[in-house]
Amino acid sequence: MKKNISYIDSVHRDGTIWNISVMLLLLAFPLTVAGIFGAAPDWGALAMGLLATAPMYWAVGVIETITFVPMLGAGGSYLSFVTGNISNLKLPCALNALEQNGVSASSEEGEVISTIAIATSSIVTTVIIIIGVICIVPLTPILEAPVLEPAFAQMLPALFGGLGVAFVSKNWKLAIAPVILMLILFIFVPALNAGTVGIMVPVSVLFTIAVARVLYKKGVL
Amino acid sequence: MEFSVNHPILFLLAGFLVLVVLAQSVYFLVKALKRSRELGMDQTKIRKTIKTAAIFTIAPAVSIVISVITLSKSLGLPLPWLRLSVVGSLSYEAIAAANAVSAMGLELGKIDSLTAQQFVNIALVMTISIMVGIWLVPVIGKKLLGGMTTLESRDAKWAGIFQNAMFIGMISAFLGYVFSDFSRLWAPVEGYSATSGLIPVCVMAVSAIIMVVLGLLMRKPKLSWLGDYALPISLVLGMVSAIPITAWLS
Repeated sequence: MKKNISYIDSVHRDGTIWNISVMLLLLAFPLTVAGIFGAAPDWGALAMGLLATAPMYWAVGVIETITFVPMLGAGGSYLSFVTGNISNLKLPCALNALEQNGVSASSEEGEVISTIAIATSSIVTTVIIIIGVICIVPLTPILEAPVLEPAFAQMLPALFGGLGVAFVSKNWKLAIAPVILMLILFIFVPALNAGTVGIMVPVSVLFTIAVARVLYKKGVL
Repeated sequence: MEFSVNHPILFLLAGFLVLVVLAQSVYFLVKALKRSRELGMDQTKIRKTIKTAAIFTIAPAVSIVISVITLSKSLGLPLPWLRLSVVGSLSYEAIAAANAVSAMGLELGKIDSLTAQQFVNIALVMTISIMVGIWLVPVIGKKLLGGMTTLESRDAKWAGIFQNAMFIGMISAFLGYVFSDFSRLWAPVEGYSATSGLIPVCVMAVSAIIMVVLGLLMRKPKLSWLGDYALPISLVLGMVSAIPITAWLS
């Protein structure tokens, strides 16, 4: 029986076990700290703090899951939603790998390639953060040097400039409408900024799919 | 036991969790590599994919280290280390921590040292707020991806376009974001120069131009290896260009 289970099914099975385990361990962290240091949470303040934070984060979390899972593939999704930094690191990394290998995201080869790229990226990220934590004393003055600050402040524009050329040039007919719409919205709506770009991703994705459907029906794509 | 935000026990607990997550990444990498061999995929290409992904990750990972340093000033090192290794991001964690602390009638950054109770509250608010994706992927992931497979079997061409449309949609939103301060040119914001909104636009343009140049160069057989590094190169050179561009426009 066990041998008949497909690769994708085994990814879902293993991913579920890993993710639920990590979730329980994550919750155990504050509770263990509370136990060891004999400090029960301040429940009233906890409820208030959660009320101010959780509803918004949960709504964003649900939308992000629905938006990103079809792009990340199965293995990539389980990993990305544990290790985080999806739109600024894991997804661009997977997209670049699919592009580099010329495979479609929905094929099994695509699934394998995006998992390999995202797993590699997660490992490198985790290791670099470990090195950073160990070497924090000598590293802090270097990484916080004022001369480097603009470079890290402009990481997203530098990332999406390169990624944009690669993808927009290959799908320019499809890209015209969403790029123009997003430019107009971000330039003229003051509320749209670094903090709200996450909310605009699903809006833009839905709009682009609708445009794609129309162009496909008309035989343009 | 006397509590401190940098207590060795906190490092041990955070370190253990980080290792579990590292193990999950290694597990999925090995699993996917095994599958790639079963599918008879070109292993030289797979090795290149790993190399590119690793190199591309360096600069964004260093920026995460900077976020850890930023948060560690008020929260100690172990908690930001854990939060940014598992799920989190600087903006999310900073807001969650600030909300947790203000619910206790205090203000983050104005407290000399956190008590164990304050620390536990902050950690709980951060953890519970950020945790949606971890359990939601196991719950709905299979159905969502099953939907994609059905789409593929019904109309393979449309499924391919659908996938591309999602990618283009995501990229368009971020291209729009690059222009979010563009309006400073005609609508001044106190503390910023009118041209400061052009900084991200210029950085993006530099990175895009570098990508085009690399695309032309790698057509030459001798330089075809550039293709594997095009994205990391355009990312890092774009970031470097931000230094003089920011000095010039702000």
